[in-house]
Amino acid sequence: MPETPALSVRNLRVEFPTRRGTLVAVDDVSFDIAPGEVLGIVGESGAGKSLTGTAIIGLLEPPGRVAGGEIVLNGQRIDNLPREAMRHIRGKRIGMVFQDPLTSLNPLYRVGEQIIETIRAHLPMSEREARARAIELLIEVGIQGAERRIDGYPHEFSGGMRQRVVLALALCAEPDLIIADEPTTALDVSIQAQIIQLLKRLCQERGTAVMLITHDMGVIAETANRVAVMYAGRIAEIGPVREVIKSAHHPYTRGLMGSIPSIEGTNDRLTQIPGSMPRLTAIPKGCAFNPRCPHAFDRCRRERPDLMPVDHSLAACWLVAPQSAEARS
Amino acid sequence: MLAFTIRRLFEAAIVMLTVALMAFVLFRFVGDPINQMVGQDTSLAEREELRERLGLNDPVLVQFGRFIWNAARYDFGISYQVKRPVTSLIAERFPATFELALTAAFFAILLGIPMGVYTGIHRDSWLSKLFLSVSLIGISLPTFLIGILLIYVFAVQLGVLPSFGRGEVVRIGGWTTGLLTASGLKALILPAITLGLFQMTLVTRLVRSQMLEVLRTDYIKFARARGLGDRAVNFGHALKNTLIPVITIIGLQLGAIIAFAIITETVFQWPGMGLMFIQAVQNADIPVMSAYLLLVAFLFVLINLIVDLLYVWIDPRVRIYGREA
Repeated sequence: MPETPALSVRNLRVEFPTRRGTLVAVDDVSFDIAPGEVLGIVGESGAGKSLTGTAIIGLLEPPGRVAGGEIVLNGQRIDNLPREAMRHIRGKRIGMVFQDPLTSLNPLYRVGEQIIETIRAHLPMSEREARARAIELLIEVGIQGAERRIDGYPHEFSGGMRQRVVLALALCAEPDLIIADEPTTALDVSIQAQIIQLLKRLCQERGTAVMLITHDMGVIAETANRVAVMYAGRIAEIGPVREVIKSAHHPYTRGLMGSIPSIEGTNDRLTQIPGSMPRLTAIPKGCAFNPRCPHAFDRCRRERPDLMPVDHSLAACWLVAPQSAEARS
Repeated sequence: MLAFTIRRLFEAAIVMLTVALMAFVLFRFVGDPINQMVGQDTSLAEREELRERLGLNDPVLVQFGRFIWNAARYDFGISYQVKRPVTSLIAERFPATFELALTAAFFAILLGIPMGVYTGIHRDSWLSKLFLSVSLIGISLPTFLIGILLIYVFAVQLGVLPSFGRGEVVRIGGWTTGLLTASGLKALILPAITLGLFQMTLVTRLVRSQMLEVLRTDYIKFARARGLGDRAVNFGHALKNTLIPVITIIGLQLGAIIAFAIITETVFQWPGMGLMFIQAVQNADIPVMSAYLLLVAFLFVLINLIVDLLYVWIDPRVRIYGREA
């Protein structure tokens, strides 16, 4: 990539020390997001998607901690910043959108108070300037009658409207990066598309990078430029969204794609990946996916594959390794 | 808002009427007041005459009606024991109890809330553990024991604080206050701590558990993700969300402090209403007892009303429900 990536994550490792040993929840995860690019992160629950996002914004709940790797935001390393410096990154340079707009806003404060408070935490503005900016933002995210609604309480807004407010909050200091953690999961299907379109448009206009965490492949297909598939704390495959969806290299990704219903699909039954993702306490030796993989062979049970280039993607699978190309069938 | 207030006032009136009925019925069974009032050599005719004069021979309904009518005009009759209007007895005693209760409540709130917030935020610090251990003592020790322990340490052993009474009081209008003299303030310390310790531990533990709950919510996580400082998050966003249950409990406990100051007042010989009530019970002084009961009920109802109105002030969601209902 010629330009500096908005976000660059290198070998990120997140650990949870417990009484029975240390759990590695995110293991050796690396990826870049370019300015204006949307990177989708998909995977089952517990694959480490949300934790990766939480680690980047520096809000891991103790005892969880970043145990290794680097997080670089526009050329500045941020994973080792002191507490107070990190606070100024949050909200200002990294915005975050959570899953449930119904619970993301404090019920006791007016919507405007929450936006103004956030603006003034990051930008040198007076109360009046911040209020004017808050109204502009609300108009921009499509709130009708923003000048009136700014004095409403969160409970007076519908779910979709609240997620728009949350978007306005995430964007209010023009961040370089937005981490959207399941931003549409709690919304009606008809609203989902609107919110996703809005998120995409706003970020493209501003050249904001987006890390879109979801388990909804439909959302990814519509929105993301590239997609990373996570499994048991590691990236299984990362590549351009079309390639990953149409011709995935990793058997897990193929299984994941096979489990999406499609309107044109001729199959009555969706394919299903047998078994379930291993617990963090019992990640198998070799490739973490090998017990569920229909193509597993000896090497998969002995050695853990790293990401290897294949076509325009990277996949962590021995099937794509040059010397075992013949094993692919 | 107006409809909400009116409905609450109406409910309050019904509660007061019920308490009045109970006070009236209950105290008709505590014994014959005439026996307490007169000596052994009083003749039957004289007793009968006194009974007639006090209206004790009228039909029950008439007596109850008269009781309600008088109570509504703040007239609880003449104390059988000291032969003076009950209202003037209360007026004499109320300031002492009120000042004691208020000091105890302030002590409980001003120490309890910060301790609760601190232990909620710094779950594992040694100071939190110390606070929680102390609060365990406060919750488990009975009031009279705490009072006696405090007297033993500070009055008997160290001799720095008085063990009984109110000290010097200053009279301002009809109100006597001990807050303006050094000896009055010194006399207030031990009883206020005794009375407030339990409430303080209650507030600490309540605020702590509420903080723990609120700090886990999404909007706190989101507030941090927006880059707000610790102060704004902990005090602006978290503490305000803990206030509804905390205010409820503090309100109820404030009523309880006033009503159940009896034990503390007995231990410290504090010249308040609790002591007055105990003496009234010993002498079957019905007008004083029923007046005390009604007054305490009135305070409870009043405090609850204020708490309800505070909800509306704190939580915008209550405003909606109040309007719709």
